[in-house]
Amino acid sequence: MLEPINVSLASLNMITLAPMLIAIVGGLIILIIDLIKGELHKSLYVMLTILILFIDFGSVLGLNVNERGFFDVVLIDGIAIVSQLLILVASMLFIPLALTTKRFHEYSYPEFFALFLFMIAGFQFMVSSDNLILIFVGIETASLSLYTLIALHNRDNSYEAAVKYFTMGALSAGFYVMGSAIIYTLTGSVELYQIADVLQSRIDETGIMVAVLGGSILMLSAFAFKLSLFPFHAWTPDVYEGASAPLAGYMSIVPKIAAFVVAMRIFGMYIDLGIEWVRVAILVLSVATMTLANIMALVQEDVKRMLAYSSISHAGFVMAALALDTTKGNSGVFLYYGLFMFTNLGAFTMLWISRHKNRVFHERYDHPYEKFAGLIKIMPMAAVIMALFMLSLAGVPPFSVFWGKIYIMSAAVDAGYVWLAIVMGLNSAIAAYYYLKLIVYMFLKKPEDNDGTVTYNLTKPLITIVGISVVATVGSVFIMQPLISYIYYMISASGY
Amino acid sequence: MDNILSVLVFFPAIAGLLGFVVDKNSIRVYGISVATVELLLAVWLWMSFDGTNAGMQFVEIIPLVPDFGINYYLGVDGISLFIVIMAALMTLLGMIGMSIEKDVKNMMISLLFLEMTMVGVFVSLDAILFYLFWELSLVPMLYIIGAWGGPLRVYASIKFFLYTFTGSLIMLVGMLYMAYLYHSISGIWSFSITDWYALVLPVSYQVWLFLAFFVGFAIKVPMFPFHTWLPYAHGQAPTIGSVILAAVLLKMGTYGFVRFSLPLFPDASVMMIDPIMVISIIMIVYTAMIAYAQEDIKQVIAYSSVSHMGVIVLGTFAMNAEAISGSIFLMLSHGIVSGALFMLVGVIYDRRHTKLMSEFGGLATIMPKYAVIFGIMLMASVGLPLTIGFVGEFLVLLGFYKVSMIGTVLAGSTIVLGAIYMLTLYKRTFFGPVTNDENKGLKDLNSKELVALIPLVAIVVWLGVYPKPVLAPIDNSVKAMLSFMEEKAITPEAKETIIVNSITKEAK
Repeated sequence: MLEPINVSLASLNMITLAPMLIAIVGGLIILIIDLIKGELHKSLYVMLTILILFIDFGSVLGLNVNERGFFDVVLIDGIAIVSQLLILVASMLFIPLALTTKRFHEYSYPEFFALFLFMIAGFQFMVSSDNLILIFVGIETASLSLYTLIALHNRDNSYEAAVKYFTMGALSAGFYVMGSAIIYTLTGSVELYQIADVLQSRIDETGIMVAVLGGSILMLSAFAFKLSLFPFHAWTPDVYEGASAPLAGYMSIVPKIAAFVVAMRIFGMYIDLGIEWVRVAILVLSVATMTLANIMALVQEDVKRMLAYSSISHAGFVMAALALDTTKGNSGVFLYYGLFMFTNLGAFTMLWISRHKNRVFHERYDHPYEKFAGLIKIMPMAAVIMALFMLSLAGVPPFSVFWGKIYIMSAAVDAGYVWLAIVMGLNSAIAAYYYLKLIVYMFLKKPEDNDGTVTYNLTKPLITIVGISVVATVGSVFIMQPLISYIYYMISASGY
Repeated sequence: MDNILSVLVFFPAIAGLLGFVVDKNSIRVYGISVATVELLLAVWLWMSFDGTNAGMQFVEIIPLVPDFGINYYLGVDGISLFIVIMAALMTLLGMIGMSIEKDVKNMMISLLFLEMTMVGVFVSLDAILFYLFWELSLVPMLYIIGAWGGPLRVYASIKFFLYTFTGSLIMLVGMLYMAYLYHSISGIWSFSITDWYALVLPVSYQVWLFLAFFVGFAIKVPMFPFHTWLPYAHGQAPTIGSVILAAVLLKMGTYGFVRFSLPLFPDASVMMIDPIMVISIIMIVYTAMIAYAQEDIKQVIAYSSVSHMGVIVLGTFAMNAEAISGSIFLMLSHGIVSGALFMLVGVIYDRRHTKLMSEFGGLATIMPKYAVIFGIMLMASVGLPLTIGFVGEFLVLLGFYKVSMIGTVLAGSTIVLGAIYMLTLYKRTFFGPVTNDENKGLKDLNSKELVALIPLVAIVVWLGVYPKPVLAPIDNSVKAMLSFMEEKAITPEAKETIIVNSITKEAK
């Protein structure tokens, strides 16, 4: 006869679940509205989604640092809060991009918005837990929604992208589960803090290192897929190309922030335990990622593919900060993504603005460089804005990404990795070439015959999003101080 | 006006932004008016500058990112004051003499932004701020070379950008390491140069940091073997681009040596005298020889620029007041003279659309005014006494004599070699019979070009005869810097080599 288990509601600390619940309930509300009255315009759903995200944002801000809830599987620490805030801001910037002049298939379905909100809930679960199982559930919830969102962009290569992403995602999920299984066998726990304790006490046993390394290799492979690190990056350009431009921009930010948080929890634990191998592996992966992705980006003919490789390279850059395992390095991850977010999303939005229903300029690519030739003559403002984003991505001061770059480079120098800072610097120099290539096309080449339809998709909401991105990119120096002090405080409060 | 430096930095930028609204037929006048006001402001700065005070003046400091030690920190001393004035002057005269008709509006706006970055670099006292302006200056220049240049313009502009960008990223790592050292010693983050000055570092650290900064500055100067971007940039750039590049942008590198390398790393600088002497002499002799071999007038001047920059670097590392003041003076004179020479080449290019010496000959009879001004500038470039070029070169060689006699003799060949290639150029272009019929109808300088060139001629003669008003404040600041370096140096060799005042040193 089993004893009944008494759980008081207060001990569950349900408030820690509030942000995810808000997103899920919001998604359900959208579905219900569709049931009650169909054929509503997408602008309704867009605005509803923004409002739900806004409430979600408020509930995250209201959370106390370092609380546990829901049978102690939810952990609200500093990095959970900061990453949720970043995810929500990026999502709020992303969703108005649905309001284009031309009708794109996916946005006419309310399911798109519901799935989007479920995906956000998934990411929120992922970042606010140190339970390997809940993290897995979060990853899968988010990823499955994301695959569908990609495929909804009704095109042949969107299906290709979705299937490719799904296959790779399934593989990485497999790696993750096997890694977790090994860790569980070793320690008898799926809670990271208990795992750390057990590993700490058993670290000197003979033969245990093989199992620990096996587990960490599997985990590393799983996250290398998610973060598109070399050599697991090959899916990224195809998937970005197949997805709609805003979604590609979104994918270069939000899933990566979430994956970085989990990676920070897991690999930070390994490094703290003194398993240097993991640190070396991360460093090798990150240096290889930024260098090779940069070299690949040099030879791309399509701006979107170039931006895909550039996102890989930026992820590699940030991954190196993870290996440092210092508070400054970990803050750098969030600072970098907080700044990169605006610029990169802005750049992808510019591609979205110039997106046609059919491929006008090239039979294979949507956004070949030639499309932007002489843009300064046709649309001076658009050319200047795009150039601004490119310079920011290249790390030219005083634009936003520069500050992220020097913060991470400075973290590397502080931790004694001067060579790493130099490698980062040289990589930024390589990267400057392909960003400049677009600037050269826009400013220095003669326009091709394209009837001035480069801003095909432009609407007021899109202008607003681009405007916000421009202001954040240019004025970043003025928000650096509050941003740094908030992030640094949050990260150090949760002990990373 | 205590915040005159901020006004000086941001006035051209704001004017550039407003320039988007100005009609394209009036933009030329707008640009010239703005540049004139900027020059007047710079002159006002000079007038209110206290020449007897060797320290930083008109200091402004506003915290930008206090948690990371980044401040908006401006100041000017004798070393930077005149470079700022020269930057304003050359921008103005370049604009006046400019003959570009295509997209004048874009050009003017780019020039105004470029002026902001140029002034910003020379008055920044915070390393990150310095870096910010330093990098930002590449963007308008990239556009100027790439949009108005010759056939290879895109290649040249990208080469220019990537070369400098790579070097400065290494320098950035050096800056971050410097800030880290400052943090680990004092416990606070700071990127301000004056804070860093107080840091006494072990020699091994100094050497590495010196090298990191050296890469950034040497590429900008450009020093051998990093000079290969310069002939392309000059060869392809429009006249105005070459003028600004030679007159101001190259000076950023040598200014960096004086502002960062010497006072931050006195011991490393002294240790590096020999290698730098060798590189500088290679620069001086080798590029002078290349200059002699050129057919294209503009390339001759471009290579002669590199050669003269070698003299400036040499003087900077002589570690005594004469040579350093001389090399700062030479920065000014080289800016004015090479700027003027590039303008003069531009004049003939506008008329004939070629810059090859073989196409000319006997121009002196057709264009007498042009020949006279070219002659004066050429003499100044060679370093003839009573021209501006002589003062700097003489002081550098005089000062460097204390470091190495052989080095001085080899470096002194700059005057001989300079005379050879410059006079050959002059002879082939201006003297002899007019062999090419196309040259017979050439018009002499018009009033626009005269307005741009005559002030430069006046300065060449004025400062050549009486350099004291400029030299005295420079000398003051340099002496202060040297005595500070002597105090800070930790190795006995460095203390021995750094000579603040030659007379007192001998008396000791």
